[in-house]
Order: sequence, then structure tokens, then C-alpha cells
Amino acid sequence: MKQVITLRVNGIVEEVYIEPWWTLSRVLREELGLVGTKEACGNGFCGSCTVLIDGKAVKSCLYLAMKARGKEITTIEGLKGKDGGLHPLQKAFVQHFAVQCGYCTAGMIIAAKAMLDENPNPSEEEIRAGLSGNLCRCTGYLKIVEAILACTERGE
Amino acid sequence: MRFNYLEPRTIEEAVSLLIRCQGMAKVIAGGTDLLNQIRLKMIKPEYLVDIGYIPDLDYIKYDSEGWLSIGTLATIRSLEMSAEIQQRHPVISQAASLLGSMAIRNVGTIGGNLCHASPSAETAPALIGLEARVKVVGSDGERTVPLENFFTGPGQTVLQRGELMVEIQVPPMPAGTKGVYLKHSTRGTVNPAIVGVAAIVAMDGKRCKEIKLVLGAVAPTPIRAKKAEEILRGEEIDDTLIEKAAQAASDESSPITDVRASADYRKEMVKVFTRYALRNGITH
Repeated sequence: MKQVITLRVNGIVEEVYIEPWWTLSRVLREELGLVGTKEACGNGFCGSCTVLIDGKAVKSCLYLAMKARGKEITTIEGLKGKDGGLHPLQKAFVQHFAVQCGYCTAGMIIAAKAMLDENPNPSEEEIRAGLSGNLCRCTGYLKIVEAILACTERGE
Repeated sequence: MRFNYLEPRTIEEAVSLLIRCQGMAKVIAGGTDLLNQIRLKMIKPEYLVDIGYIPDLDYIKYDSEGWLSIGTLATIRSLEMSAEIQQRHPVISQAASLLGSMAIRNVGTIGGNLCHASPSAETAPALIGLEARVKVVGSDGERTVPLENFFTGPGQTVLQRGELMVEIQVPPMPAGTKGVYLKHSTRGTVNPAIVGVAAIVAMDGKRCKEIKLVLGAVAPTPIRAKKAEEILRGEEIDDTLIEKAAQAASDESSPITDVRASADYRKEMVKVFTRYALRNGITH
């Protein structure tokens, strides 16, 4: 049975009218129009649907929207730099040509943000391990790792 | 996906809902396994009973005798990161760190990993080796079950309709006991284990005082490799004995061929990873 729930997305409180089986990825994309978050495999393996919930990386395709009530959801649309423009990770992805088809990009950037928030200075190996839950079908990993390396404390 | 979503606020309410739903309900905690199964149409529950709103089921605590209690809702990531577990039962943190990607570990729970009862359940071999037991609550009260006897087949456990796992209890590791968990998989930790091997070993010089060797992903449930344990228990350990035990463990496994690996390959890898785990376990 459909019901109204309240979600806090990128700092904005949103009311949505949803079925209880709708996943967070579906509600973000189809109810709130936040299509930056992509859904590819739908089984938690590819990571393209990664969003932050209370600051932690979560696969939104395996997360019920109902469970996100009362939590702080951050999607790629909610990332900002200090000047209000692009977030440093977004800028680095542009500068390093870390985007090919773009389908994995939002998930990669969100996963990278969660990783850097926890450890601002990961090694290349730690970056690769931290991204192991995110697939790039274009196989453009090298540029992605370079972009994230540039956003570490060493890289700045 | 289509189901009714129920949100009990107490364990009693959850148990009574599960009984009233007469087998058409599934329990959801984090949902990372369950929603995947529903999306893949492997199961089609009419009701989901979300135990995530029941207070006081997410904890990690040690009592004065060194027993570890883990609430069923504790996330895999919290087991991985707990400084106390890292110090007192490091093998649990190690096994937790090898489960899926971080975005899965942030949401998936210990109760979910065990109750889902995948033969490759990442947290099971180490916990069985540590002689963990689980506390289960049903309409007739509670009982505890040794984790070793909890699994009855792929996706099958001793849980009766209306029973809920609420806690995992782990005895203290005696001084001088070392635990190792090794996972063989592709894509780093992301994919489920092809083979998992846990060894909990107590050495006295070169002699093996006590050992538990537990295999994951190579039988219908996680299994103790008891013949391999017998070969080692009480003996002075050398390479020949390790080789014999590794072969015995491989003989005790009964893997299937699936998308991740063939049965033959798995049997061979049981040998290899048992060897690694033992070598690692006897070096202090």
C-alpha cells in the first residue's frame, strides 16, 4: 500500500508517495528526478547506484527507501566544493579524463568521497581496494585512480 | 518486487508477526542479501518483517569473563572496525573485512549473514572455529544453538517458523590461541568465496595443543574438517603433517560446480588454502 514518507536528500526535506518495496535508487531517480545516481546491475555488485547515507557508502539498489527515513542521504547532486561549484573530486575526474561513458562515474565519486572522508591519505593500493565494489565497464580505472590520488592530502 | 512491509518495535511483536504470517514472511535487517534474492526472483515473500526498528539489537560487548556478545543487527563493518574485537578476537574482524564491498559491509548485518545461511557465509567459518553459539527467540522463549549445528543446508537453518536470531555469543580466545581466516575469491573481496578456510590454533612450542579447522563454500554448509583436525591435534607440526591435513580437508569437502568455480578446482584450493592457513596459524 502506498504511503507518504519524508526523506532528507542533499539537505532538503522531501515528501514522497511510495510503495514499500521501492528501493532508494528508484525513489531518487523516478520520484525525485535525481538521475545522477545510476542503477546498472541492480544486485549490489556494480556500485553505480552508490549514495551516502549518514556519510557512509551504501548501494541504493539494495536499500529500501522506507529504511532511509530519518537519515541524511547524499547523492552526486549534493556534492559541492567550498566555493559552491564542483566538488574537488568532480573537478579531478574532469581534469584527469576519468569519465568515459559516465555510467559508473557518480558511484565512483561517491565511493571515493566515503573513502577519503575516512582516510584522507590512502595509498594507490588502498584506493584500488576501496573501489573494488565499483565496476567501470569501459575499464577506465587508471584515470579514475589518478583522479582520486590527486584529491588525497599528498596530491593536493 | 512486491510485499507488505511490517515494522515491529519489539522482539515479541516480530515473533508474533512471523507466526501470524504463516511462512509467507521473511525477516529483513540490512537487506543486502534478501533484496538481492527477491530482485533475482529466487524468493517471493508476501511480507517483510523489518527488525531494524527494534531497539538494542545493535551492539558489540565483552563481559567480565571475556565473552563477546554481538547483537544480530551489528553491521559487518562494525565488526571489522571494532577496536575491541580487533584486539580480543582479531579473526572475526579479519573475516568481516573480507565480506563484499564496503558499501555492503556498511549495511549488511551479522544476523543476516548467518541466517541467510549461504555455504560461503563469510563470517561463519571463523565463528564456528571459535565455538560461537547463537541466541534464538521464539514464541516458547529462547534457546541457544552452537553455530556449528545452526546450518542445515544451503539457505537452511535450524530456525523454526517465528524464531529470530537475536545474539551471537563467542567464548574468549585462550591466551596463545591464534585465528586465521583466508578467503579465495575473484574481484578482491567483492565476490563470494570460492573457498574459505578458518583455522583456530593453539600451539605449545611445535606441538599443536588444539585446533579447529572450518571450511566455507565447499559443502552444503560451512563444515569442520574434523579428520584434518585429528591429524594435527596433539602432534608436532611439520610440513609433512600439514600436507596430510590439507589433503584430508580436501577429501572432507564436497563442493559443487557453479558459476564461480568447478568442484575439482575448489577441492584443489581447499588443499592450498588449508596449507596457507595452517602455516600462518602455527607461526606466532
